[in-house]
Amino acid sequence: MEKIYTPQKEDFEFIEGRNINVDTNFASQGYWRGVFVHFTKNKFAMTGVFLVAVIMIFAIFAPMFSSYAYDEIISVTDTSGKEIVAKALEPQFAGGAENLFADKTFIFGTDDVGRDLWTRTWQGARVSLIIAFVAIFIDMLIGTSYGLISGFFGGAVDNILQRFIEIAGSIPTLVIISILAIFMDKGIGLVIAALLITEWIGMSKIARAECLKLKEREYVLASRTLGAGSFHIIFTQILPNTIGPIITQVMFSIPVAIFTEAFLSFVGVGIVLPQCSIGSLIEAGFGNITILPYQILPPITVLAILMLGFNLIGDGFREALAPKLENM
Amino acid sequence: MTKYIAKRILMALLTLFIITFVLFVLIRIMPGNPFPVERMSAEMIAQKRLELGLDKPILEQFADYLKLLASGSFGNGTSLYNGAPIKPILIKCLENSFKIGVLSILFGTVVGMLIGIVAAMHKGKFLDGLCTVISILGVCIPSYVFMIFLQYFFSYKIPFFPYFFDSSRFLFSSIMPALSLSLLAISIIARFTRNEMVEVMNSDYVKLAEAKGLYGWELIRKHILRNALIPIVTVIAPLVVDLLTGAMVIEKIYGINGVGKLMVDAIAGQGVDYNYVLALGIVFSAMYICAMLVLDILYGIIDPRISLTAKDG
Repeated sequence: MEKIYTPQKEDFEFIEGRNINVDTNFASQGYWRGVFVHFTKNKFAMTGVFLVAVIMIFAIFAPMFSSYAYDEIISVTDTSGKEIVAKALEPQFAGGAENLFADKTFIFGTDDVGRDLWTRTWQGARVSLIIAFVAIFIDMLIGTSYGLISGFFGGAVDNILQRFIEIAGSIPTLVIISILAIFMDKGIGLVIAALLITEWIGMSKIARAECLKLKEREYVLASRTLGAGSFHIIFTQILPNTIGPIITQVMFSIPVAIFTEAFLSFVGVGIVLPQCSIGSLIEAGFGNITILPYQILPPITVLAILMLGFNLIGDGFREALAPKLENM
Repeated sequence: MTKYIAKRILMALLTLFIITFVLFVLIRIMPGNPFPVERMSAEMIAQKRLELGLDKPILEQFADYLKLLASGSFGNGTSLYNGAPIKPILIKCLENSFKIGVLSILFGTVVGMLIGIVAAMHKGKFLDGLCTVISILGVCIPSYVFMIFLQYFFSYKIPFFPYFFDSSRFLFSSIMPALSLSLLAISIIARFTRNEMVEVMNSDYVKLAEAKGLYGWELIRKHILRNALIPIVTVIAPLVVDLLTGAMVIEKIYGINGVGKLMVDAIAGQGVDYNYVLALGIVFSAMYICAMLVLDILYGIIDPRISLTAKDG
């Protein structure tokens, strides 16, 4: 008869120093935990997060800590008591000898009225970001509710709501903007309204598609059997499961919103002076490009970085939600 | 198939009619009046209103406007400075915009697809990475920013191209605007072509074709490209619309007499010119709906499977 193996003390110790392969792809982890792991592992997405974070930090803090207000016309009084405005100064740092503005720092220079471009650029980035976030947030609310209701009820409701979208969707954005320009004053309100009217449609299509998939699931039936009303099911049972694709859409809508704002302000129906946004700064810089080419560089760079950052985040998020086998 | 096409055309016409009606009503019910109050007396305004038929019921006005449209006219401009018929100006501007638009879509599609094909064939290698960088840049840099750079460097620093649009040398001076307008198309189409081709290349029927001895261009053209084309056609539709928006700014920058510039002048100028806005709104919507219609029909031609499903829909 063979001897029965008696467990040793070492058998109950952790194995250390040996390379254990932990499967992160199919690890038993929550849905959002998995999304988070995939997202943070994606180098492009993290670059996007970094770029957007840098711009946002500057947009929040730079105007606060700047020594000038964004609409302040900077001037000094020279020895004879005459006031001299800091018009169209090239980027300069403190320390110029004979210069009247030797003690002042203009990192990006000043514009042709004498306002500090450093402050204006970050104030502009701030305005553009606020417009984008506010507009897209409201779009998300409207579009998601519309799509979910349309998809959930189906039948006649869906038919009417979808015909409406079909017609609303075939009016070009430009036409909507031109009509708005007649009704409203130029400014932030017009830009936000234009974004509200145009951007919710894409959001609602995605929400509807998701809802059509989800409403046949057992948990909806269970909820229904327990006596839940339609709106209770839509907003507490289905909505939480559609959040992933909707956030992806939001991430792609934000650069569109920033671009639309820049475009409207450039054309002249957006932000009005002395307020500023990325678009109005590009417009002002473009006006002086042959004489003062440095003026257009900061807003364009900020715009490009924001577009790049949000697009990278959106891509990363889409991949993280539905990881492909080849990326694993 | 014919039934499907007829149905789509009918739907498009209906949509266009509804849009025209909504635009017309919106412009008519808007507060304020189209005449400069500080320069015209009350009687002059009343007379002008009578002249333009603005005192009639709104539906009657709409019927009048439809008659105008049916006779191929868009009426006159409302501004006191430019009360001339809209149609000739519109046609001239449309022609300019259309030429540049077609040029940039053609250029964008061809170059975009070429880049995409090259990237897909060198998947995972240096050229693939380069193509990814190009397509990312195209998405992040708005076309007008690119146009500003082109204009600054190649018209101002190195005076090779004309600084403003020169209609006497049409093709030569449309190079820069068409190039910058096609930037977005290039990047989006390149990316799509690449992804689609990579997907199709991994499919079983391509493996079979390879096993049978097909290779190179023949394989790409017959088996891969045709199947990868369908999703590519779907991205061109929204691009046409983006093109309209992009063209608006580019025309402003480069001084091209196009519909975009006309629109900017109509809404951002001193007073808004209502009849221009209406005419342009109808033209833009019609172009957009037409583009969608053509694309829907194109799907059926490229992929015969779609017409089967269209029968029940």
